[in-house]
Amino acid sequence: MTFLVLLRLLVGLTAPGAVKAVDNPNDQGSAINVTWDAPEGESAAISGYRIYRSTSPDSGFALVGTQPASRLEYMDNDVRDGVPYYYAVEDCSPTDSARSAVTGPAVSRPQWFSSVRLNILVMLVVICAIFLIYINRARRGAKMYIRKIAGLDAIDDALGRATEMGKPILFSFGLGVITDIVVIAALPLLRRIAKKSAEYSTRLLVPNSDPIVMSAAQETVKEAYTEMGRPDFYNADNVNFLTSDQFGYAAGVDGIILREKPGAIFWLGYFYAESLIMAETGHSVGAIQLAGTTEITQLPFFVAACDYTMIGEEIYAASCYLRPEPIMLGTLKGEDFIRFWLIVLTTAVVALGTVDAVVGHKVHVLSSVFERIVTWVTLAY
Amino acid sequence: MKLWELLASVDRRILYLLLSLAVALPLILKPKITVRVSDPVRSAFETVDQLPAGSVVMISIDFDPSSAPEVNPMLVALLRHAFRKDLKVMVMGHLALGLPLAEIALNQVAPEMGKVYGKDYVNLGYRPGYTALMVGIGRELRDYFNTDYKGVPIDSFEFMRRVHTYRDVGLLVSLAHGAVADAWIQFAGGRYNQPIIVGCTGVNAPNLYQYLHSGQIKGLIGGLQGASEYETLIQKPGSATLGMPAQSAAHGLIILLLIIGNVGYLLSRRKAKK
Amino acid sequence: MLKRNVPLIIVFFTSVILIIAFFIPHRPFGDLESRFLNWYAIVAGFTLLLGLDSLARHHLIQVFRRRPGWPYSLLLVLSLAATVTLGLYSWFKYRSPFDLRAPFMWLIYTPMIIPLQSTMFATLAFFIVSAAYRAFRIRNFAATLLLVAACLVMIGNVPLGGTIWRGIVSLVHAVAPSLDPARLDRMEAFAAIKDWLMSTPQAAASRGINIGLSLGGMAMSLRIILGIERTYMS
Repeated sequence: MTFLVLLRLLVGLTAPGAVKAVDNPNDQGSAINVTWDAPEGESAAISGYRIYRSTSPDSGFALVGTQPASRLEYMDNDVRDGVPYYYAVEDCSPTDSARSAVTGPAVSRPQWFSSVRLNILVMLVVICAIFLIYINRARRGAKMYIRKIAGLDAIDDALGRATEMGKPILFSFGLGVITDIVVIAALPLLRRIAKKSAEYSTRLLVPNSDPIVMSAAQETVKEAYTEMGRPDFYNADNVNFLTSDQFGYAAGVDGIILREKPGAIFWLGYFYAESLIMAETGHSVGAIQLAGTTEITQLPFFVAACDYTMIGEEIYAASCYLRPEPIMLGTLKGEDFIRFWLIVLTTAVVALGTVDAVVGHKVHVLSSVFERIVTWVTLAY
Repeated sequence: MKLWELLASVDRRILYLLLSLAVALPLILKPKITVRVSDPVRSAFETVDQLPAGSVVMISIDFDPSSAPEVNPMLVALLRHAFRKDLKVMVMGHLALGLPLAEIALNQVAPEMGKVYGKDYVNLGYRPGYTALMVGIGRELRDYFNTDYKGVPIDSFEFMRRVHTYRDVGLLVSLAHGAVADAWIQFAGGRYNQPIIVGCTGVNAPNLYQYLHSGQIKGLIGGLQGASEYETLIQKPGSATLGMPAQSAAHGLIILLLIIGNVGYLLSRRKAKK
Repeated sequence: MLKRNVPLIIVFFTSVILIIAFFIPHRPFGDLESRFLNWYAIVAGFTLLLGLDSLARHHLIQVFRRRPGWPYSLLLVLSLAATVTLGLYSWFKYRSPFDLRAPFMWLIYTPMIIPLQSTMFATLAFFIVSAAYRAFRIRNFAATLLLVAACLVMIGNVPLGGTIWRGIVSLVHAVAPSLDPARLDRMEAFAAIKDWLMSTPQAAASRGINIGLSLGGMAMSLRIILGIERTYMS
């Protein structure tokens, strides 16, 4: 290696090869991508690259950027759309440099469509179309069956039990913020629980970790009480903000549980590691607990500590149960349809890939089809 | 109370006491253990190891003091590895309370390795924005990080002058205790093909295996065990390796309690049937 | 009617524009997503003030009206004031509250925040023990499978698994000396089983649930965009 370096010092560096400058695709313009190959056998001698640019192929080249020896591409973001540019790349060592031939013209332009996202667009259109078809069918009176969710049926039992014991009810969204879909899905459940608590005159406590969620919860509970003719029953102190801090919130909720000893606790929202701390504390005071979250890592803890757990998107389906309107049921059935075909297609593609691997990629058609499908699905990646 | 009823319903306070002893005694006695390195951690190590000298590593501090005992040893081990390989380190984060941990770790490791602030590493600090920031860095880093955490312009640091977007970053390391790693994978990895390795708490690790197997992340360091494996690979045992005997004892105790509980439960069921 | 319809119109048009912008890099669409995300971050920052107001007001009322637990409320208010004061002082003196010399760091962060938060996380271990002891009972086949898998993962995840395996290898070698103990040792059976459980069935189940969640999220998002789901507006 040292001999080669010495030899290079004597004969001089070779310029980078295959220099290309092209418009950066799928962007809003003002970017040209310059790539090159390192000269063979000289990687040890090169300390870096310099990239030169001009609007004329013969003169006026100015240095626009540098790259370390390990990088063989440069993104020039300082260009104007529609203007042709010419590039040359120079490799350099402490004592020598060699510039490539000029390449170009490269013209930067903005694109109107991001072609790498074509697969997402197609899937989005298909999925939305299926949802809309099912919503339309539901509107026209098609009968749609959905199975029972055990957790939802248990809500009334839990509320009844808390009322009999003379204990309050606790509802927690966890660390969810209003942009979390699971929090939006949990709001109808809060409304239902609030209405029942007004009916039974059982106190409802809703400690929150987010100020906006707190506002939404306050409005939901207030409206529910008003609908039941009990606006006087609402107490803003019961629907309050604790803290946004994860374990501060857990400590606060634990304190409420140990002091108030609720008879029923609903964990419906977004939870992280604090979930088991709160659920175990709830168990220790003998509360009946119902949980639902989309955070997969916390589901096992809720399954272990709670009496009922809604797994995954069952909590999304909950709002369809509470308002069994055709439109709501339509989206649920649409989901099922898509899920079925996803299973079928995934199984088919996996089988294809497995057979291709088993035959050692010797059947060209199989390999080609499998590669195309995988490439197309993962295009944006 | 009969024996099997006792076995099936041990008071939780006794369980907690046993766990305290199981964790405390190994920490006091410090037995020697051998740490076996798993493939996900080895992949993470090799990804860092294969970076050429001078490459920029962006470390996103997405954890806070609650998960510091698990994730901080990973940060220290990664910094040691990166400095040993003469990589340039850029630290930033989405959790305001997590950045001081990075500052503490940098002040611990950098002087040891003879590294200088501004020349070998910078701390860009905390910026709000979350996914906006992740998308924005793909266009221009300076849209969000014009200065470091003390307000010094980042262009006054030599190696930062050439860092504008993800293309100029050799590797992104997300040290996360929640869903931030998923967001990095979706935005930085999905849109900009940024190579990523993730260090996370043991609770989150199962959720990230799917990304590892699909190639969306290059390595995964999960929990205290993962941190101790990384320390083993860099041959510098730290707090994670010290904690492994305690974790082993705790796991052993839990398994023992499960067996005892189930023996009591099965005996109770049999007696009840009779 | 305006109170109901204006938010629905805003939601609909914003969603459609952002979905279109995702596919169109050309100005002005390309920047829209970032712009909206930035606006959200700014608005979210101001909501912290909302939370601060709710918190401070609630606890000040507790203190002034001497309600049960008022000393804790007083402690909270004083802690809040101290943190803000020290944070601002550290900012002005050291240009960052996170400078290691800053009083915020050595008075609040290092001696209080780090130990308190770490301790709360650590209590999870105790709760896991009591929950696991209570819940992991051999009630049926699925519960038994869960118990066995949990034990194998716990054993394989720590060096204890290696120690136990080496013990088993020694026993096997004592019974069948023809088997090569070094080769058996290298198998690291518990770690290998744990790796397989995490990489294959666990990852498959995670993927399945994640796909389901994504579909559910899409359905929910569509309902919100079309104005079918309106509970967030209450």
